[in-house]
Amino acid sequence: MSQDHELERSVRAICQAHDRDAGRLLDIVRQVQVREGQVSGAALDLIAEELGQQRVEVEGVVSFYAFFSEEPQGRIVIRLCGDVIDRMQGAERVGKVLEDELGIRFGETTEDGLISLEWTACIGMSDQAPAALVGNVIVTQLATDAARDLVRELRKHGDPQRLVRTFGDGNNAHERVRAMVVNNIRQAGPVILAEMEKGSAIRKSVALSPAEVVRAVKTARLRGRGGAGFPTGMKWQFTRTAEGDTRYIICNADEGEPGTFKDRVILTERPHLLFEGMTIAGYAIGAEKGILYLRAEYAYLRSMLEEVLDTRREKGLLGAHICGKEGFAFDIRIQLGAGAYICGEETALISSAEGLRGDPKNRPPFPAQKGYKGCPSSVNNVETLCCVARIMDNGAGWFAQLGSECSSGTKLFSVSGDCRSPGIYELPFGTTLGELLELVGAGDAVGVQVGGPSGKMVGPADFDREFCFDDLATGGSIMVFGPERDLLEVASGFMDFFIDESCGYCTPCRVGNVLLKERLDKVRAGLADASDLDYLERLGETVRTASRCGLGQTSPNPILSTLENFRPLYEARLKSPDESLLATFDIQGALEESRGITGRDSLHFRREDGRQNSQEKGATA
Amino acid sequence: MGKAKIATTSLAGCFGCHMSLLDIDERILELIELVDFDKSPIDDIKTFSGRCLVGLVEGGCCNEENVEVLKSFREHCEILISFGDCAIMGGIPAMRNTIPLQECLDEAYINGPTVYNPSGEVPNDPEIPLLLNRVYPAHEVVRIDYHLPGCPPPADTIWEALVALLSNKPLDLPYELIKYD
Ligand SMILES: Cc1cc2nc3c(=O)[nH]c(=O)nc-3n(C[C@H](O)[C@H](O)[C@H](O)COP(=O)(O)O)c2cc1C
Ligand code: SF4
Ligand code: SF4
Ligand code: FES
Repeated sequence: MSQDHELERSVRAICQAHDRDAGRLLDIVRQVQVREGQVSGAALDLIAEELGQQRVEVEGVVSFYAFFSEEPQGRIVIRLCGDVIDRMQGAERVGKVLEDELGIRFGETTEDGLISLEWTACIGMSDQAPAALVGNVIVTQLATDAARDLVRELRKHGDPQRLVRTFGDGNNAHERVRAMVVNNIRQAGPVILAEMEKGSAIRKSVALSPAEVVRAVKTARLRGRGGAGFPTGMKWQFTRTAEGDTRYIICNADEGEPGTFKDRVILTERPHLLFEGMTIAGYAIGAEKGILYLRAEYAYLRSMLEEVLDTRREKGLLGAHICGKEGFAFDIRIQLGAGAYICGEETALISSAEGLRGDPKNRPPFPAQKGYKGCPSSVNNVETLCCVARIMDNGAGWFAQLGSECSSGTKLFSVSGDCRSPGIYELPFGTTLGELLELVGAGDAVGVQVGGPSGKMVGPADFDREFCFDDLATGGSIMVFGPERDLLEVASGFMDFFIDESCGYCTPCRVGNVLLKERLDKVRAGLADASDLDYLERLGETVRTASRCGLGQTSPNPILSTLENFRPLYEARLKSPDESLLATFDIQGALEESRGITGRDSLHFRREDGRQNSQEKGATA
Repeated sequence: MGKAKIATTSLAGCFGCHMSLLDIDERILELIELVDFDKSPIDDIKTFSGRCLVGLVEGGCCNEENVEVLKSFREHCEILISFGDCAIMGGIPAMRNTIPLQECLDEAYINGPTVYNPSGEVPNDPEIPLLLNRVYPAHEVVRIDYHLPGCPPPADTIWEALVALLSNKPLDLPYELIKYD
């Protein structure tokens, strides 16, 4: 009874602290989850009542996100990254040790309610894998012996933060971050990773009219760094001129594409540059409010980012009359995600920031017309906004002459996998893949996944291709695979990722990816024939064309691109077409139950002669 | 060059698909200009007389007999076609797939509301083929080359598909023939 009271008081207090605003549902649910270790049925009812919503709306949100749970979870949740890169570095062995040491399996909680164990997708630490989230604390390069110690220590003191003994470089050691994460900046370039005086770009921008700022961004030929490569100036133009009184600028810091971690490094080391860019964007499109949508895995950076925002408010770089400009007011709030890759897709991100399930929306209307809360909104990637600040500081012409003819500026590459120096490389567009591989020490690479699972797997034949929007386009994820890797196993792992992360709205994506993965695994098991490759190609094409959002439109890529570039790997595992029972069909297993029930053996498929056919049987009878 | 041969069978189906095949009406005369029927309930030939070009399979596999027949179809036919939803995905018979086999038998022979069975025995003659643990669509048992959906597929769909196949022309089914709601 008193427990019920306790819950009621705390849930109501959390709702009230958020002004009972249904738009803040994500934050409310998150706080309840953290405080209670679950969002129970009783809590669902209370939240719904406080916000004037239906219980099912709240439940829909709770069930959507990986970081929320209706069932009780341990006080500490260990989320081990189970992505391809981590598995290559031994995540499975680490997982086994964690299971043994905790005495539970993945998906379970220890009896004392202290620790839950889960697999998770890339947490943005692919350059220091295997990595895990312990509560909000990041643990990197997790070896099996360290995994054992980790559990023992948690059992002793129950404080994830105390697992961090040495801090990483730069702001990772900031008193509000205190993380063991390292930046791994291997090559800094002039756009993102160079220094900049705070406020300098804003001052230069507000000296111009908003339209002139948009023009400068167009002149610089800036294109989005989040993956799709849409021209930023044009997006702003649409948002600026769309009908509506209130506008929003949203920074996409959901960075969920496996193998990407560049935004992590920007957020850690160049937060001022980013907020400067967001502020300029606000000025250009006429927005007074900005939202930084930060993936839950990067929650460890939040406090430091809040401090940076405070500093900027104090310095007059946020708030009213920014840089003394009459009538220009702008501020930024941070919206924390809750563990869903799909929320990186801009319309899903908007849904999520609105406190809804992270379901993509139908387009049109595009966010530029009707985005956050129905208002014109521009969603831009972290790196894109940093480019904006640099463009306004150094000049559009300066930026436009960097890079290649079709793609101006530099690009951050997040390199992981089989190479000597994984980490961040800022290189001008026009750099070839081969040049990058040389830099990272990956001379013997046999396959490179460019652009994460949604990108493509390319082989040596493509190593002389250039990174740029018209040739090898990428959001920056580069995963390198050496000669001992099985690329079809890699592709299968990527399909698991999409199966887990599909929002489930459209059938081609929800079902198609499962069928694709099953068929791929059939090839891997040596059970497929040529017609299965045909099937993969056709179904892949269907999923690509018939899915609603970018996730489903790219999810067949691991298979389609390996089929295109590594076909011999598939062909080597084919067998000639079955002219009898399929090897996947287990007739003996299918008859087992009946034998038990009838007490006799089969007429055609006698147990002792296994797969013998009827003619042979006739001969012995 | 002799005429091509066609074989048909009804496994775990209701014969509705075969009825639909007969629904091509007088075109069956044109059909036998193109092909000879081999093993098929239509001419009641029980065993294959040799290799066939096309095998039409109605129904999935619910017992070992079905598996045996389907296997011999695969072994004797160049091209196997699953026709009808039962062959393609198990259909009505597959409704038992979520219920344990013993329970199905008890319901059918002992507990069912319309059952009259004073001996209380479930038939278990050695001649009765063993049931499979569940109903399998044909393509899970042998390789199937084409699927013609519908319950049953319309006669025109079957006709168009067979004619296209036998005359080696691309199959171009109008929307009405593959629309099912
Ligand atoms: C499934 C999916 C995930 C995405 N994840 C991200 C992401 O993590 N970060 C990002 O900036 N863009 C992501 N995008 C692209 C965004 O939808 C959007 O195009 C981008 O944020 C626009 O910013 P830009 O124009 O600056 O590139 C994703 C798209 C899809 C389909
Ligand atoms: S394509 Fe996939 S992720 Fe996108 S809306 Fe459809 S089901 Fe959801
Ligand atoms: S598909 Fe329909 S008509 Fe054909 S066998 Fe099954 S139930 Fe009968
Ligand atoms: S942290 Fe595991 S793949 Fe990125």
